[in-house]
Amino acid sequence: MGETIIAKPADVRAHSNMPDYAAARAGFDWAAERALLSPLGEGRISIAHETVDRHVAEGNGGRTAIRWLGRDGERREYTYAELQRETARFAAMLGRLGLKRGDAVYGLLGRKPELYIAALGTLRAGCVFCPLFSAFGPEPIQSRLEIGAGKALVTSAALYRRKVAGLRDRLPALDHVLLVDGGEDAGPGCRDLAGAMAAEDGTGAPVPMQPEDPGLLHFTSGTTGKPKGVVHVHEAILAHRATGRMVLDLRPGDVFWCTADPGWVTGTSYGILAPLANGATLVIDEAEFDPSRWYAILENERVNVWYTAPTAIRMLMKAGKDMAAGHDFPALRFMASVGEPLNPEAVIWGNEVFGMPFHDNWWQTETGGIMIANYRSMDVKPGSMGRPLPGIEAGIVEVTEEGATEVTQPGVIGELALKPGWPSMMRAYLNNRARYEKAFRSGWYLSGDLAMRDADGYFWFVGRADDMIKSSGHLIGPFEVESALIEHPAVAEAGVIGLPDPTAGEIVKAFVALKPGFEASEELRLDLLGHARKRLGPAVAPKEIEIHDSLPRTRSGKIMRRLLKARELGLPEGDTSTLETGA
Amino acid sequence: MTPIETAIAEELRKIAPDIDAAEIDHAADLRDECDIDSMDFLNLVTALGQRYGLEMPEADYPQMRSFGNLAAYIAARAS
Repeated sequence: MGETIIAKPADVRAHSNMPDYAAARAGFDWAAERALLSPLGEGRISIAHETVDRHVAEGNGGRTAIRWLGRDGERREYTYAELQRETARFAAMLGRLGLKRGDAVYGLLGRKPELYIAALGTLRAGCVFCPLFSAFGPEPIQSRLEIGAGKALVTSAALYRRKVAGLRDRLPALDHVLLVDGGEDAGPGCRDLAGAMAAEDGTGAPVPMQPEDPGLLHFTSGTTGKPKGVVHVHEAILAHRATGRMVLDLRPGDVFWCTADPGWVTGTSYGILAPLANGATLVIDEAEFDPSRWYAILENERVNVWYTAPTAIRMLMKAGKDMAAGHDFPALRFMASVGEPLNPEAVIWGNEVFGMPFHDNWWQTETGGIMIANYRSMDVKPGSMGRPLPGIEAGIVEVTEEGATEVTQPGVIGELALKPGWPSMMRAYLNNRARYEKAFRSGWYLSGDLAMRDADGYFWFVGRADDMIKSSGHLIGPFEVESALIEHPAVAEAGVIGLPDPTAGEIVKAFVALKPGFEASEELRLDLLGHARKRLGPAVAPKEIEIHDSLPRTRSGKIMRRLLKARELGLPEGDTSTLETGA
Repeated sequence: MTPIETAIAEELRKIAPDIDAAEIDHAADLRDECDIDSMDFLNLVTALGQRYGLEMPEADYPQMRSFGNLAAYIAARAS
């Protein structure tokens, strides 16, 4: 590594929002950043004000905030002033329905304008917004709604019917289901969203919030136990705004396309909040990935800044350079990638096809915003996640029983850790204080990722410190998948691993052992796959299932995922001294 | 079902066995109808390409959006 360096020309550096990384880092201060907010009196703030109302108040209400591209060619645009009115109507409706400050409103919807209005309208009302990925199956949806005690859900009639209706009696807190396409006859226990909003005039102001009041709830999977509800506060917008400016090089009026779905943290922090806080125009594409469509959007919408993910980039590479050759991207200024490490070939491919590299960066649901990045003004070492943001202290630590100790020697692998205190840091795992406290040791937040830092201060991802699976940039907890599999009547035990995949990074692979009386067959294997898909949805369900006579366990009875993976990949099996004999 | 439609249903069943092929709306978006993601769709097209000895490049995916489109795409090319 480090043989290839993509150097940045002087004019690119000079025209970057942050022309000099070292100087910006030396001079950075979160207090100065806080002074850039537009406060609502008595130290109150609101994400809704920073992302929408502020621009209208500053005379930019006529600027396009959202440019929505429907799957079938339909287009819809909202100016900042229109977005202010729509989100105010949504917020007023929540009040009319009896929702109180701090109540949780969930979104389960494809990329429709209503989802963006619901997110911002929820924040405006002082409620907490929680996005769910629409490709989740009923089980991930139920556990997430339960843990967060969701009071209202914004979804579509089809998604509700397929994924939520059957759970409704197990969700006592869920008072309101609002259907974006409900019409007059929305169904029992449901309401038509447009009808419910119609009574509101859209003039109410955002509820002024304390900087430490919760605003966002994002779920992340764990290796054991239920998913964790990561709580972010209104002050997080400071980090969204600052990272949008320093990393994504966003400027007012820019056309910005983040391809992530708001069901995941990237699609909220950078698909909604950071660009709007910086006064940009969001491009939202409702359709799924499609190479020719994507090149056309980049060209025709004159995208200035593009934030995407390694899986998509690798699929574009597979589709071939010729497909890009017929297009011209004179407006494109900056390209970034997140989700999993971007392989050096993909960084370099970007440089060949678009005349600029993809800039990889690193962060997590828990960090709320970008923490380590490659910047427009900084030379890129393909394969590296870059260097910590101004205002962020990152380190490589060795974790022992005694605590976490920083390793300053370059090239040593350890756990990637951050010094707590940045504004978008998670404030809690909902109702799970013990797990939250475990994430912090000796004055460090421990990321669970293994990495190393080179002599120039660039960080390099090495792997996960635990059994978590990264597929298409999404973190999937093996426990959630195993739990669904063992609910099948034929399954005695299940072990789930991430299998390396050239496109998705990893895919979910499950190994199961059957209960006595069941015979392995192709029919049964397909039945298990269908069972997992129905419960978990395509985003979480395994892509491959293998039936084994037994699975390796430790003497204490835990399935050894690490060993399953080593065997699958033909790697040395490592220390198997705790292995139960006969497995 | 035509032989091509049967072949699509067979390959689909390996990826999404929970979906009843008889229930699929042939005019609607296949990914929505069968709750499959981009990865699943790619695997489906790859399997069909191998089965029929066809190049089914990504550039043509827009012509394969629905079950009906996909069947017509193959029918026009398979000998």
